[in-house]
Amino acid sequence: MTQWTLFGMEETKPQLIKITFDGIEVEVAPGTTIMEAARKIAEADESQAALVPPAMCYYKPLPTSGGKCRACLVKVAQGSAKDPRPMPKLIPSCITQVQEGMVVENITNQGVLDTRKSIVEFLLINHPLDCPICDQAGECHLQDFAFEHGSAKTRYEEDRRTFDKIDIGPHIQLHMTRCILCYRCVYTADQITDKRVHGVMNRGDASEISTYIEKAIDNDFSGNVIDVCPVGALTDKTYRFKNRVWFTKPEDAHRDCDKCCGKTTLWYRGDEVIRVTARKNTWGEVNDFICNTCRFEKKKTTDWVLEGPTKVKRSSVISANKYRADLIKKPDFALKLAATQFKPIDDTRDYVTDQETIRHQSIEDNDKANHRSLAAKNN
Amino acid sequence: MAKKILTEYINVPGIETFDAYRKQGGYTAAEKALKTMTPDEVVEEAKKSGVRGRGGAGFPMGMKWGFLAKPEGVPRYLVCNADESEPGTFKDHYLMKSIPHLLIEGMIIGSYALGAKKSFIYVRGELMYVIHILEKAIAEATAQGFLGKNILGTGYDLELVVQPGGGAYICGEETALLESLEGKRGNPRNKPPFPAVKGLYQSPTVVNNVESIANMPWIINNGSDAYAAIGIGRSTGTKLISASGHIQKPGVYEIELGVSVEEFLNSDEYCGGVRKGHHLKALVAGGSSVPILPANLIMKTANGEDRLMSYESLSDGGFATGTMLGSGGFIVFDETACIVRNTWNFARFYHHESCGQCSPCREGTGWMEKVLHRIEHGHGSMHDVDLLVDISKKIEGNTICPLGDAAAWPVASAIRHFRDEFIWHITNPYEASQPGAVYQGEMALV
Ligand SMILES: Cc1cc2nc3c(=O)[nH]c(=O)nc-3n(C[C@H](O)[C@H](O)[C@H](O)COP(=O)(O)O)c2cc1C
Ligand code: SF4
Ligand code: FES
Repeated sequence: MTQWTLFGMEETKPQLIKITFDGIEVEVAPGTTIMEAARKIAEADESQAALVPPAMCYYKPLPTSGGKCRACLVKVAQGSAKDPRPMPKLIPSCITQVQEGMVVENITNQGVLDTRKSIVEFLLINHPLDCPICDQAGECHLQDFAFEHGSAKTRYEEDRRTFDKIDIGPHIQLHMTRCILCYRCVYTADQITDKRVHGVMNRGDASEISTYIEKAIDNDFSGNVIDVCPVGALTDKTYRFKNRVWFTKPEDAHRDCDKCCGKTTLWYRGDEVIRVTARKNTWGEVNDFICNTCRFEKKKTTDWVLEGPTKVKRSSVISANKYRADLIKKPDFALKLAATQFKPIDDTRDYVTDQETIRHQSIEDNDKANHRSLAAKNN
Repeated sequence: MAKKILTEYINVPGIETFDAYRKQGGYTAAEKALKTMTPDEVVEEAKKSGVRGRGGAGFPMGMKWGFLAKPEGVPRYLVCNADESEPGTFKDHYLMKSIPHLLIEGMIIGSYALGAKKSFIYVRGELMYVIHILEKAIAEATAQGFLGKNILGTGYDLELVVQPGGGAYICGEETALLESLEGKRGNPRNKPPFPAVKGLYQSPTVVNNVESIANMPWIINNGSDAYAAIGIGRSTGTKLISASGHIQKPGVYEIELGVSVEEFLNSDEYCGGVRKGHHLKALVAGGSSVPILPANLIMKTANGEDRLMSYESLSDGGFATGTMLGSGGFIVFDETACIVRNTWNFARFYHHESCGQCSPCREGTGWMEKVLHRIEHGHGSMHDVDLLVDISKKIEGNTICPLGDAAAWPVASAIRHFRDEFIWHITNPYEASQPGAVYQGEMALV
């Protein structure tokens, strides 16, 4: 177990802080965020995975990330033992540090779940629902987030914003239309280069990830932006449209690399390596960044020393049970959650025309049918 | 005549020059503070005066100064927020271009109180000519020994820097302002840490509005008790109000806090009443961000008391029947104004100005604008009204900075008080989308 030392050498064992998260007590080091405390609970007991707040922007390996998407908002019912007042607003768990005696409510608080549902709705407003042709489907955090917390129909009737696809160098494609502006790739660029040529331009929903202007991120580690991107906005051109991720077989492998750790996951279709990625942990975060040579150029089994099938630690809603089931850490919990959260739709709005009533009726019937089949599948 | 603190000398010819300002007693407060008072005594005076921030939130200025962290060996900064971009608010602009030395003197006093050796005035980028006026005034004050090294022989050094803003409303939010001042994209920061602990360049920083700071010379000269005696209750002193819209005399007025809305709107000393032959329909009392109120509720509170121009009275009744003093942008609508169109216009502004960092504000502001656009142009449906209320609720309180709230409140309040007008637009789409069409149904005009 690792202990942090915050106050210099003399303090070898810092005082741990005790908080209550969704009724579960956990002790963590000072300076830990609420999110990390929740992850600690889930790491100790896998059956508690559902209580970890979803993170669409926070990414532990990228310092200063987080606080933007608001997916992880939680209720602090008691600020600390010293100051037991509740916090007036919901607060982002990914960047808020714990205090002794803090009481946090996540999935035990209906207000939090309602807000989360609206965050899904906001994120999907300008996100194309093109999962059937998106390379990220099956390992997309937004897809999971929408399954777990979203609603089955949209209230958004206006046009969505669209952008043209842009190539960032020979291997990476930016499809801005899918971007949820989590800023992870920007922070990655900050980390891999002193002279970032990659940032955000414009404002509001017209914001755009840019590489001043379409200039390649000319860097040996640029490929990592693909791994950090929670959606299919940054994709690997050498892998485009090659396969659905759940039909591929991941294998851990390594090689001697003079640039990076050389520890990767190879994704096989039959005998063919169709993609190389960094290895990821339970939270979908990369363990170590890998270099572009390993990622884009070493696509033969003979380039690698194989270690065996990858233990898939974070399986998404649609790829769950598609990999080797015994190696999957978190089987379809999302699907179960989606089914348990089914509520018959209680809609008492007045519709203007009969036609509209009929349309809504049919949407609702569909929803109910879908939910029933989901629930049946999970029982 | 009401007491004038900020604008007493504003019409003196040449007051933008050092000599004219000095002749009217200018810079005596700076001299008094630096030569006869300790920094803590100045902070104490600010506290006792009860002066509250004039940038919108109304947080007591002295208290904010008292919160500034003072770790050893770390510089501290005072930053003046002159980004003024709130629709309906144009008082700081007027003050700075007319009497720049008042702000500079305030900055000297404030910086001394906080122990800042370098202070900044962050001016809205569009106001380049004001920036030139301020720079000229700073050069004069420096030449006269009020800025620079060893001011007035007291050993106190202060450098004052004017920074043109990034040209975005969001840069007026204090942490976005600090980011922008550091040369970065003007994105608000997550709080905590607050600027009082980690502000500009990660050092303790106070951000104050132009008008807040400009009160300091008067407070030092006349004492905090004299200042606290002006105004009403916890709304002490005077306030600059930017009056615009359907009134006889639009402009910037200095009022004693506590005059009634009725007097401010109708007396010849101020707005001179709603334009001839028309009646008051609605009023936004504190800049576009605060809830809009219908005529009856802005004149009298829900309890039937006279509504006063003060922080407390305007917010009486909460958001159900009240509003806020905000930054003092007083926008008047007569019966020819279409509330739906106006709400759409405000929504368009917030959509355009959202920085785009956090999802509720980035997506929600655009969504609200589009729905309002639809209703205004005759394509709305009945459930759009509740949809708008729901979106505004989902934005409010869930964003990184208060821009989300500022975008949500005008929409929520317009529907709260003018729902019939929205419904009229939806049920009479053709009529309502004609140019100049206005709801003629029942409403309380004053
Ligand atoms: C979106 C947004 C825009 C703002 N714009 C301004 C502004 O233009 N001028 C200003 O003084 N304060 C503005 N504020 C308020 C500042 O964040 C801050 O509260 C203020 O400058 C503090 O000064 P005060 O205490 O003297 O009012 C804005 C706040 C927000 C959320
Ligand atoms: S491109 Fe991907 S990683 Fe970058 S901001 Fe958009 S969603 Fe995030
Ligand atoms: S994960 Fe916390 S705000 Fe995005």
